[in-house]
Amino acid sequence: MNKQSNKNLSTDITNLVNRSYKYGFSTNIEQDQIKKGLNENIVRLISKKKNEPRFLLDFRLRAFKKWRKMQCPEWAQLKFPQINFQDIIYYSAPKSQEKLKNLEDVDPELLKTFDKLGISLTEQKKLTNVAVDAVFDSVSIGTTFQAELESHGIIFCSMSEAIQKHSQLLEKYLGSVVPMGDNYFSALNSAVFTDGSFCYIPKGVKCPLELSTYFRINEKNTGQFERTLIIAEKDSQVSYLEGCTAPQYDENQLHAAVVELIALDNAFIKYSTVQNWYSGDETGSGGIYNFVTKRGLCSGFNSKISWTQVETGSSVTWKYPSCVLLGKNAVGEFYSVALTNNYQQADTGTKMLHIGPNTSSRIVSKGICSGKSKNTYRGYVGINAKATGSRNYSQCDSLLIGNLCNSNTFPFISVQNSTTKIEHEATTSKVSEEQIFYCLQRGISTEKAVGLIISGFCDEVYMNLPLEFSFEADYLLTLKIEGSVG
Amino acid sequence: MNAENLVLEIKNVKASINDVNILNNLNLKIYEGEIHAIMGPNGSGKSTFSKVVAGHPGYQLESGNILFLGRDISELEPEERSHLGIFLAFQYPVEIPGVTNDEFLMLAYNSKRIAQGKSEIDMLQMYDIMINKLKIISMSENFLTRNVNEGFSGGEKKRNEILQMLLLDPKLAILDETDSGLDIDALKIISNGINKFACETNAILLITHYQRLLDYIKPNYIHVMENGRIVKTGGPELAKELELKGYNWLK
Repeated sequence: MNKQSNKNLSTDITNLVNRSYKYGFSTNIEQDQIKKGLNENIVRLISKKKNEPRFLLDFRLRAFKKWRKMQCPEWAQLKFPQINFQDIIYYSAPKSQEKLKNLEDVDPELLKTFDKLGISLTEQKKLTNVAVDAVFDSVSIGTTFQAELESHGIIFCSMSEAIQKHSQLLEKYLGSVVPMGDNYFSALNSAVFTDGSFCYIPKGVKCPLELSTYFRINEKNTGQFERTLIIAEKDSQVSYLEGCTAPQYDENQLHAAVVELIALDNAFIKYSTVQNWYSGDETGSGGIYNFVTKRGLCSGFNSKISWTQVETGSSVTWKYPSCVLLGKNAVGEFYSVALTNNYQQADTGTKMLHIGPNTSSRIVSKGICSGKSKNTYRGYVGINAKATGSRNYSQCDSLLIGNLCNSNTFPFISVQNSTTKIEHEATTSKVSEEQIFYCLQRGISTEKAVGLIISGFCDEVYMNLPLEFSFEADYLLTLKIEGSVG
Repeated sequence: MNAENLVLEIKNVKASINDVNILNNLNLKIYEGEIHAIMGPNGSGKSTFSKVVAGHPGYQLESGNILFLGRDISELEPEERSHLGIFLAFQYPVEIPGVTNDEFLMLAYNSKRIAQGKSEIDMLQMYDIMINKLKIISMSENFLTRNVNEGFSGGEKKRNEILQMLLLDPKLAILDETDSGLDIDALKIISNGINKFACETNAILLITHYQRLLDYIKPNYIHVMENGRIVKTGGPELAKELELKGYNWLK
């Protein structure tokens, strides 16, 4: 094919992928903030503002001590300027936030923001069976469906509320899956987390609703340190959805969340994420830094944890949702779509640690890489000596758009017994000019053709998303590539 | 024959790829109800010609005009040409992993309907239409739920092209070596599909190496292409002669 046309095609596709960020707005609401910077007093102040019990303050202070001794990890395929942790506000809450009995009491400005994002709480309350715990900056402003969940004995609330009402559960489980000193960012989070979600499913209960949280970063320079804890007791089941959007700013914003899941005997936790934070402009400036630690502990017999993620935003993503398969017959799953464009960098993957016998894991990772972005899959499958009869299946596929992107796969496999079965497959493909021309000749526009090819590529992951989310994810990727063709 | 029935008119077309000239002063007229066949040795420009008409961005039209239904389409995008009624059956149909055939067919069908100002149809209506067309090419329903051309045998890929042609019902169908790589049964099925499609109001252009396709489909005209131009035009009997003597006797 001649150079000219290659250029045209790649320009077309580039235009498609370079659709500007839809959620670039900020809400003008008075905020209750503390000063920039991080020291022990700030940690104490956060704890005090949140009226926390002693053990939690101790937890924070120990984490802060550990964090100060740690170094920002450099092993990932990521390049970003040094983060000035003294230039970040560690606590910010909308001032109007008081004990709200219902959504009508919520600041209309906030509700408008959610409407713009297409997640009207009132609407959700009436029309869907999705209970939404919406996090606006650091404090939850509305929790729906509480009553219905309560009738099943399910606790689903903000972390702030859990600190006040369920501190025994927190004391038992917080930091039990992701120890505070696990890594640099988990230590930071453990010291300064402000809010997040807490979920407890009692024994034998199958959660009747998809639980959902929308995170949203709003205040400029507000680091977000969410903390999520989900506990599924014996024979229980829950599906949890997390979706994220953020307004457009020039300065980089830091996000370092920690998510911990615990599944006891026969319990099943399904955790799905659609992430669409601001990823920076086409020159690579701005965008969210996303350093997340997500880990699930399958501590019980026959327990199962399934991670599904669709990552399309953030300028830097550092994220490895993992499973510790401790109980006999435990199952861990990881399904991922990561789309990077412009100067986005994603280093993402999973860790499957097989400790109990007959444990199994499945990894399906799809990376879509365009522009000048870097997209890295990093995975670790570790099978202990005692994890006899275990098995793992891994599949890592990359789809490249254009000639300037960079896609890497780093699978690590370590097996310490001889009765384990491991399978690993990896492919790299390109959206070819011939594929596009074939679609064009059938009357399908470039935009739709690229959408079709990407959606086909991601099919296997979409199938593992809850239905509502599956549409949202497909729509999101379509939006990301929709644009100025023609 | 008059200008009103003229489907495709190629006037002095010169075209190149990577600055290499492939088509040189090509001229051709195809009227409604006609079947034309282009034959010629490898590298004579047959496939290039089909891609230039379909608007492949890799090929440059250097000079001349391509008129479709009286309208100059040289500047139109490939999908616009498709919407006007130009269909190209690919020599090497492309695989689209993870996309099911019915999904693809419906998107193509509805894209055309939207371009024509008609409303989109839903999967149920689409299904009825597809089932009827499947019968013509002797394919079972599970053909629809497989991914587009993925893991298809050579014959299945070509049948899929014919299915798409039947579905989109173009004014002009260009079939680029649709007969290559087919066994005799598949060749019969595909020829049958093409013959069912052919009618008084559309036109077909076959590109082929072999006379055997022409045992099943009777063209009105056969053109021999060499060095990017048509060097000889004749009736169906020309194919037989070529089969006996090869292309060299024309030189």
